[in-house]
Amino acid sequence: MNRIKTIETRDIACSVKNGGCGECQTSCQSACKTSCGVANQQCENDNK
Amino acid sequence: MIHQYKLNGFNIVLDTCSGSVHSVDGVAYDIISMYKDESEDKIVAKILEKYADTPDVTEGEVRLCIEDIRALERAGKLFSDDPYEGLATDYKNNSKVIKALCLHIAHTCNLNCSYCFASQGKYQGERALMSYEVGKRAFDFLIENSGSRRNLEVDFFGGEPLLNWDVVKRLVAYARSVEKEKGKNFRFTLTTNGVLIDDDVIDFVNREMSNVVLSLDGRREIHDHFRRDYAGNGSYDTIVPKFKRLVDARGGRGYYMRGTFTHNNTDFTNDLFHMADLGFTELSMEPVVCPPNDPYALVDEDLPVLFEQYEILAKEMLRRKKEGKPITFYHYMLDLKNGPCIYKRITGCGSGTEYMAVTPFGELYPCHQFVGDEKYRLGDIWTGVTNIAAQNEFRSCNAYSRPECKECWARLYCSGGCAANSYHATGSIGGVYEYGCKLFKKRIECAIMMQVAEATENDNADT
Repeated sequence: MNRIKTIETRDIACSVKNGGCGECQTSCQSACKTSCGVANQQCENDNK
Repeated sequence: MIHQYKLNGFNIVLDTCSGSVHSVDGVAYDIISMYKDESEDKIVAKILEKYADTPDVTEGEVRLCIEDIRALERAGKLFSDDPYEGLATDYKNNSKVIKALCLHIAHTCNLNCSYCFASQGKYQGERALMSYEVGKRAFDFLIENSGSRRNLEVDFFGGEPLLNWDVVKRLVAYARSVEKEKGKNFRFTLTTNGVLIDDDVIDFVNREMSNVVLSLDGRREIHDHFRRDYAGNGSYDTIVPKFKRLVDARGGRGYYMRGTFTHNNTDFTNDLFHMADLGFTELSMEPVVCPPNDPYALVDEDLPVLFEQYEILAKEMLRRKKEGKPITFYHYMLDLKNGPCIYKRITGCGSGTEYMAVTPFGELYPCHQFVGDEKYRLGDIWTGVTNIAAQNEFRSCNAYSRPECKECWARLYCSGGCAANSYHATGSIGGVYEYGCKLFKKRIECAIMMQVAEATENDNADT
């Protein structure tokens, strides 16, 4: 694909099966306290 | 659903539901924009017409590119379907775990910041300090309701938590004394204005707190405009040396310099760069939360300026990183390979369900921004949640609960956004704070562009 470069990302669809452990940080607790975002939270699931 | 945009010389295509990110050339960018609406022959004709002066854009090349796009579609990396909507409701209905508390250790403050959403720490109520007994019960409440979750978070918040410092220290000692036996790992955060930081605070915070949030708005004149003591004196000169000492002694552990920008400093990158010049590298800067008639409220005319500021920040961060002097901006921290799973991305911020705020009197609220709003008082730490109707409102918040979000490419990055912002902007936690959405989407575009830029640079270095 010489006109398209795909950046390596986590396969979100696969995480339906191996996600949801809930050990990650609560979104609002970290630094913002006003403008929620989840994409910048680290996954803490060792079994993904 | 896909989202296409051009930024900093890159043509970027996001596939919403797979999370795929593609960096493409102009030809592929144009083909993708037509792919779902036009026949292959029509696409070929239009591309050949547009790129008539470009010798390498031949019919064969264009058809090859269309085939590549088809392959990505088959692989679920472009135009992928969204099968997640039902998961959000099921997950939240089945999970009754609480894993984080915002402890309002002090409903009072030694600063008198005029833009404070918490009315100088009092949250529309009386000044109060949390007693050790109330705090201890809050920890027990958290442990009892945390199920099998190991990592539990407690933010010591205010007002100004250092006005009740001894209780903070005793509560940390209590939590440490029980966490092993209970199978828990407490992570503490302290959010402070810095005025009372001393050697004891520095030593304790750097030993016990996994994160510390230090309130600094940036340049002295910007910071001191709002962040003054009760005599009207700015706090910049008092706190900056203390913040420096704390961060210098922190040994690389997590912290954030956390600022607020308003209509008065829409050039907020200058405040972030000022923090960087002071030697701080972990930075966060948030739009002010206030009624729209406040003189410092952000207005529509500010938006183009703010968008440009976010772009300036992204480009400058790339430049500084290349020079070996990186800075971190909270909203630009994306880990595309190890980021959150789909459940995290669709279930919202967790306010009112897995995350709650506790007042000095032991009352429970969905988050710190609802404290003092009687309608949303959920219950207390002795009897638990009794206002089930209010909690269910929060339980129903997710990336799909608002019609606008279902059509938005950014829904798996924000998970439906901040319920408090929605409430303050529209009167309903089910509403949409459009202004915040616009800023959020711009930040995500910038953050992803930075990832693309770095991946491109790494590729170029390899070849």
